[in-house]
Amino acid sequence: MCLSAAAQYAPLWPLAVYFVAVVILVGAMLVLSHALGERRRGRLTSVPYESGVVGTGSARLHFDVKFYMVAMFFVIFDMEAVFVFAWAVSAREAGWAGYIEMFIFISILLAALFYLWRLGALEWGTSMKIRRKIEPL
Amino acid sequence: MEKLFFLMFAAVAIASGLAVVTVRNPVHSALALIVCLIQVAALFVLLRSPFLAAVQIFIYVGAVMVLFLFVVLILDMRKAVLQAFPPVKKRFVVGVILVLSAQMVAFVFLTPMGLGPAQGWEPTVESIGRVLFTKYLFPFEVVSVILLAALVAAIVIAKERQ
Amino acid sequence: MNSEVAAFFSPGDFLAILPEMVIAGMACLLLLVDIAVPRTKKCVVPALAVLSVAVAAWFSYELAGSGVSAFSGMFVLDGYSDFFKLIFYIVAVFAILVSLRYIRTEEIDLGEYYVLLLFSLSGMMIMASGTDLLTIYLGLELASLPVYALVGFLQKSRKSNEAAMKYIILGAFSSAILLYGISLIYGLTGTTQLAAISAALVTGDVNGPLFTLAVIMLVAGFGFKVAGFPFHMWAPDAYEGAPTPITAFMAAGPKAAAFAVIMRVFLEGLYPAYDSWQMAIAAVAVGSMVVGNITAILQTSIKRMLAFSSVGHAGYALLGLVAGSEEGMASVMFYLFVYAFMNLGIFGIVIMMRKDSQSGDQISHYTGLGKSNRLTALAMLIFLFSLAGIPPTAGFIAKFYVFMALINKGMVGLAVIAALMSAVAAYYYIRIVMLMYMREPEKEFALASSRGLLCVLIIALAAVVALGVYPGYFIDLARYAAFPL
Repeated sequence: MCLSAAAQYAPLWPLAVYFVAVVILVGAMLVLSHALGERRRGRLTSVPYESGVVGTGSARLHFDVKFYMVAMFFVIFDMEAVFVFAWAVSAREAGWAGYIEMFIFISILLAALFYLWRLGALEWGTSMKIRRKIEPL
Repeated sequence: MEKLFFLMFAAVAIASGLAVVTVRNPVHSALALIVCLIQVAALFVLLRSPFLAAVQIFIYVGAVMVLFLFVVLILDMRKAVLQAFPPVKKRFVVGVILVLSAQMVAFVFLTPMGLGPAQGWEPTVESIGRVLFTKYLFPFEVVSVILLAALVAAIVIAKERQ
Repeated sequence: MNSEVAAFFSPGDFLAILPEMVIAGMACLLLLVDIAVPRTKKCVVPALAVLSVAVAAWFSYELAGSGVSAFSGMFVLDGYSDFFKLIFYIVAVFAILVSLRYIRTEEIDLGEYYVLLLFSLSGMMIMASGTDLLTIYLGLELASLPVYALVGFLQKSRKSNEAAMKYIILGAFSSAILLYGISLIYGLTGTTQLAAISAALVTGDVNGPLFTLAVIMLVAGFGFKVAGFPFHMWAPDAYEGAPTPITAFMAAGPKAAAFAVIMRVFLEGLYPAYDSWQMAIAAVAVGSMVVGNITAILQTSIKRMLAFSSVGHAGYALLGLVAGSEEGMASVMFYLFVYAFMNLGIFGIVIMMRKDSQSGDQISHYTGLGKSNRLTALAMLIFLFSLAGIPPTAGFIAKFYVFMALINKGMVGLAVIAALMSAVAAYYYIRIVMLMYMREPEKEFALASSRGLLCVLIIALAAVVALGVYPGYFIDLARYAAFPL
């Protein structure tokens, strides 16, 4: 039992070596640059670098709520992607029945996309307000 | 070998998990959470559940973390950073956590585990896809309706109206 | 279609979910219709929503009594689910009708409102028919997600936003607890199907602390959904902040759906372990009755008062589950049926009081209503009496049957507590009656009635009186619909 498991996971050895190598490499880079690097403290050392332009004010601005909306859409369509992934791997076995199921699944979410689009939720530059006076299709 | 990997991933997961709650800067906290979630994905691989590992990366590391980071950007962080968290005595918090985890461990060990791991069924992506489109067809289609409802709900709550 | 697939589902399975497909499909369609029609013709959306509920109800009627189990035992069409679907259809149509004028007054007249109501309805229907923890959980999410958004629909109102926020966070938390419980049950029994769980509980020795923990988590998760003590904290804020038609919908629809699921899970899946959950549910029931009714006395806002009253009513209904008999189940079903009518009726009057600048959500606003608007006050009186459980209204009969179920199982102590708490509850209901009839009105009442609202009030009033005087038919229906233990 133990042996067979060991044999089964033998290909994991390179992974372990890789893992350790990554830790050593990153650690070495950090430690060596810290130890060997030159340090100078000037008047402007702690000022953020803004391509040579003097910074104005804090970078901590309030972001628009549309960033949140985009993140939200991303989460929802990402969920969809997970199911498409499961389908893609087993597409042959799922057959036509699976294809139809996936088709229904995607068309429901397509309705969502269409809704977002008509609502103007995907527009970035223009006003994000719901356009209430939409002319009929 | 597997045990070694498990210990490695679990140790990093716990350490980064602790960092999530102890670090002051919310962005650092979010980054630590990413590390933690990736470790958990690795643990899923060790448990021979590649699908769950992929979902973990897809959903949590991909989408949910983006959402977290945007929320961090949208909120006024200066106030949040200044406030002490947790808002009660630290000793109390640690005590509650210890009691809860001790209870959890006790529960697991005190219960006779009749069923071993599932026999004759490997939860590969392929086999999950197969049951998803046959046995679990109905829940699968319900999920798409839930996603649509969630999207409409998000729009209704967050959008400005004229 | 290959044979492997055919083993899992047949065309008949799709026939079984036809009503759900109609509702969910129409919700998707209405979403697009709403964008396509111009602003002046927005009344198309609620009209189509009512029509789709009617079509779904007709399909349900045609399919009723077929007893089909579809999708390898995840979905069932039995009398029990049909009875609950009847409640949901009524609640959904009533909620749409009472909203028509209200959402114009509040300037939240968006088509999404009705779309979300339909999504929630489809989720409730799946909950009632689900016989697998997976379908039940998905139905629960589909039923509650739209309601979170509907609670926060009044975007300009801070209270509404706060209510939605609290409700979402606590709702997500409770869903997580519920899922944890479900996963423990799955781990212990190896299945999510209720019948199979029951079988595993009978044959294998599935107990020990982990099983107790799973049961506690299920009680907590479902307890949140029915707003039972001590998981009721969200209810007063959510009920007060939400648009009033949504408050009415939440208290009657999703709550009844949660009861449908609780009874299915505990009386079908976990029935062999009756001894291990009976005490937990009884504790929640007693706590809800005591805390709900006593806190309700202290409220000044009518919506908050009704929220606490709804906590108390959840307590009474849970007692029917504690009885653990078919009679108890039937009594809960009848209770929820009656509660739907009296709840929508009383909220209908609260909605009527909301006009122009008059908010009408304080109890003091009802001072002297009996002097100036006799008929409205009379309707209010009857709904209040029914909620208090005073004969000859339906509320009395409903409580009576729950108490009978308890006494027949020898749980006289619980019945006594429940009766005492009804007496406490009568105090705050009758206080409003006193305000309406014994005081002079302070100012002119402006009532925002509309055809839809009047229609709902008349039907609800008729039902509350008719079910009180002649409950026989519906009690028999509930008995017949209860699944055998």
